[in-house]
Amino acid sequence: MMNCQQATRLISESQDRALPLSQRVSLKVHLMMCSGCKNFSLQVPFLSQAMKAYAKGFDELGDKKDQK
Amino acid sequence: MNQTNAADTPQPDPAEVSILSDTAFLTDLRRQMVKFATLQLSNGQHAEDAVQEALMGALKNAKSFAGRAALKTWVFAILKNKIADVLRQKQRMLEASSLLHEDEEGEDFSELFDHKGFWQSDEKPATWGNPQNALHQNQFWKVFELCLEALPGNQARVFMMKEFVELDSGEICNTVGITTSNLNVMLHRSRLRLRECLENTWFLKGERA
Repeated sequence: MMNCQQATRLISESQDRALPLSQRVSLKVHLMMCSGCKNFSLQVPFLSQAMKAYAKGFDELGDKKDQK
Repeated sequence: MNQTNAADTPQPDPAEVSILSDTAFLTDLRRQMVKFATLQLSNGQHAEDAVQEALMGALKNAKSFAGRAALKTWVFAILKNKIADVLRQKQRMLEASSLLHEDEEGEDFSELFDHKGFWQSDEKPATWGNPQNALHQNQFWKVFELCLEALPGNQARVFMMKEFVELDSGEICNTVGITTSNLNVMLHRSRLRLRECLENTWFLKGERA
């Protein structure tokens, strides 16, 4: 059975490439049973989103600072 | 200096004049850019150069921007391209050996996982609720930046190449001189660390307003 280290590795890789069906199935089964990895799988796309918002975030930061 | 070739017939208008004469705004902008570029290039001189070029390119066209926010967005878009250029050119100057070294010791996950590879009880990721709310909070970005800076330099660099500069995996591997498998390990580790840092310093702290 897949462990959490392997599951998080696949979750990380799934950001970068499409996983083969067999890996997707094993991962899905693992996520149904493991709240930690389930949470990780929700957090990884958020990291990506946050990173992309980072430069734009400078706008808000700067503007808010300007107003103080 | 190649992607900033918008029309440059000079037509001074009030908006342009006010942005260019707003020293405080420009100083602040420059400071943010340098910080940002340094984080990614881990070389002060390269960062200064990239910022210089991006800033000059954007300010030449300052008249095209309705306001400071628009100019800022544009300047960071240019900076991002400059950084991608520098990263590509820097191929041989990067210390590939230190990257590989880090990757070798990188297989040690024992702080996070037990010997069977399952989460240590106190390392299990918690639920973050609606993390998107954090994106609108000033304080969150300070925490985010601190967490990025806390990543080991090489992990931070490949993570940013991937997620911010948006180079594809093949390009990152070529630039840095590592294998796809090295890259996957480094991205895995950087995501584990970054999420842990954000969880401990933000999402579990109840700092949300």
